[in-house]
Amino acid sequence: MPRSILVDRLSKKYTLGETQNTMLRDALVNTLRRFTGRGARAGSSGSNCLWALNEISFEVQQGEVVGLIGRNGAGKSTLLKVLSRITYPTSGRMEVQGRVASLLEVGTGFHEELTGRENIYLNGSILGMSKREIESSMDQIVSFADIDGFLDTPIKRYSSGMRMRLGFSVAAHLNPDVLFVDEVLAVGDVGFQKKCLGAMRELGSGGRTILFVSHNLAAIENLCKRTIWVSGGKVQMDGDSREVIKAYLKSVSVPEQSGVDLTAVDTRSGTGLVRFTRLELCGPDGLEQHAVHSGDPLVLKMQYVCQRPMPHLHFGFRLFSNLGTKLTDLHTWGTGFDIPMTPAGPGAITLEIDFLNLMPGTYYIGIWAASNGGEFHDVLDHVMTLEVEPSDYFGSGRGIESRFGLIFFPCRWKIPAPEDGSNSSLADAISMPTTCDSIA
Amino acid sequence: MSLRNPLITELWQYRELLYFLAWRDVKVRYKQAALGAAWAVIQPLFTMIIFTLFFGRLAGVPSEGIPYPLFSYCALVPWTYFSGVLGQAGQSLLTNSNLITKVYFPRVMLPASSAVSGLLDFAMGTIFLVALMVHYRVSPGWSLLMAPVFLLSLFLFTIGTSMLTAALNVRYRDIKYALPFLIQLWLFVTPVIYPMTLIPKRFQWIAALNPLSGIVNGFRACVLGARLDTGLVSVSLATTLLIFAAGIRYFRKTERAFADII
Repeated sequence: MPRSILVDRLSKKYTLGETQNTMLRDALVNTLRRFTGRGARAGSSGSNCLWALNEISFEVQQGEVVGLIGRNGAGKSTLLKVLSRITYPTSGRMEVQGRVASLLEVGTGFHEELTGRENIYLNGSILGMSKREIESSMDQIVSFADIDGFLDTPIKRYSSGMRMRLGFSVAAHLNPDVLFVDEVLAVGDVGFQKKCLGAMRELGSGGRTILFVSHNLAAIENLCKRTIWVSGGKVQMDGDSREVIKAYLKSVSVPEQSGVDLTAVDTRSGTGLVRFTRLELCGPDGLEQHAVHSGDPLVLKMQYVCQRPMPHLHFGFRLFSNLGTKLTDLHTWGTGFDIPMTPAGPGAITLEIDFLNLMPGTYYIGIWAASNGGEFHDVLDHVMTLEVEPSDYFGSGRGIESRFGLIFFPCRWKIPAPEDGSNSSLADAISMPTTCDSIA
Repeated sequence: MSLRNPLITELWQYRELLYFLAWRDVKVRYKQAALGAAWAVIQPLFTMIIFTLFFGRLAGVPSEGIPYPLFSYCALVPWTYFSGVLGQAGQSLLTNSNLITKVYFPRVMLPASSAVSGLLDFAMGTIFLVALMVHYRVSPGWSLLMAPVFLLSLFLFTIGTSMLTAALNVRYRDIKYALPFLIQLWLFVTPVIYPMTLIPKRFQWIAALNPLSGIVNGFRACVLGARLDTGLVSVSLATTLLIFAAGIRYFRKTERAFADII
């Protein structure tokens, strides 16, 4: 297969702090100094510059759909920007074959005053579609975005969801050879996200080369055979998506201990009004616990610091599989546990799980705190590893193994008694764990 | 520049984007304005009325034998085009910074689209000029055939200065404050209100360095049959080409860093 993207020792340097010479005065002074030989201010002294990309190299063949993962600030977005020619590399070489489209934002160039139809034309042409292409896919774009009745309404009257749908819909009808996509799937409701994933898969199946950045590891695993893990502006790992995602998750979460200090974690997001400081796993007795088995009860103790008194604060606990699929998001809001007022200063909250119906394996824990309106104050995904050890919950002497899937339920098998009542001795037959493959 | 130039090839590839950006400018400009596109005529018209009253009547500024309203309006049409486009294009990179940081396209499309969308207002202003000429019974002669030369140089000069200011504005926000002020002063050093002949002969070469002097003088000569100052016009046309080339050069040199510093 021919090569589609070549990246050869590509580097990009950003100078931190004040952008140089933003005032004409400084520029004039510098120019003067240069003439008088007093030496202009050093342009980039090395101490205050950041290498967003640091001699990164890889190749992508035509038709490959490649995921890009990494922590915030690892250089994923800069890489896409350089490849899309939005910004220029400081050094290195790159080649991209064919017609390129980049989707770094949904609805780039939308104008509030223009109608939905007018914005489809504008956004389409900005993304590189010709007028004829836009016209021929207009009907599909409109039906995909589901905005039929609002096509001739200015988009300032649209809800944010409608705007997102319209933006993604235009992008889904692009027809490039190479497509760069940056974290745009996190839009809209669950139904629309599913539609987006479907559209992405369709785009990828047509022999197109796609480079896809996302924090949604499940989506990456779903769409991409190959994944590149970027760290510190370099390729940390490149290969089969499952393998790379597993290794990545292992690196970002703290290896299991009974308690984790969270103050230094840098992969968090949110306003910072609430900050988790510590997370502990305890047994039902409240004592720190070191080993967790399938079917065990589990208590999570979260400690936090609140910047100011917060009304109606909600806390949540997320559990992810080792490929990043979200298995659950349990929160005080959903369970109806309302905290009218959380005082400023340190505090703690515990979550008691009666029964951990997880198959043995590696899982990741995330925790969050948010206000009633949905404003997140601290979000820590994949912050702690949870190793679930095999157990013999059903007492069969055979144990529950990780190859049986992700979850199990307390259950029993029975063979209904026939009409004549024979075979009744087999009625309470063997208990067997049920596996649930649909989640895996 | 040959036609095989990669810049020209690329601009040709993106011609539809230029059209859509200009179309957006036009659509947005008069949306929710009750008088709509009539503003394209109202602006030069009212300026002309004020000029006629104060400079034509009260100050008695000469107008080369042409009725003063016609004399000033004929210059105000190209002037309004230039000042309107420059004001908008100078800010075009900043107001569209979300595009610059998210999508690739030849950046010159942004100031260029302002220059293209301004042509519509220019056309509306011209229609009113024809009406005014009919009213004053002034008819153009064969000199009208020269008009495309001045139209083209007005366009090139406007684009040239727009590229220069837009690119400078990305790095030096001083331009944002200097521009409206500069445009205001520029009106007075351009022979819009007064004829070129009002300036003493020995200072006229300085005035000629302002390309708009030649362009405005040329317009009047073509449309109203006023005296064409060939010396002035040729200096102005040469300066126009120089500024156009400088605009392209500076823009090309700095555009790579736009996304990083905007």
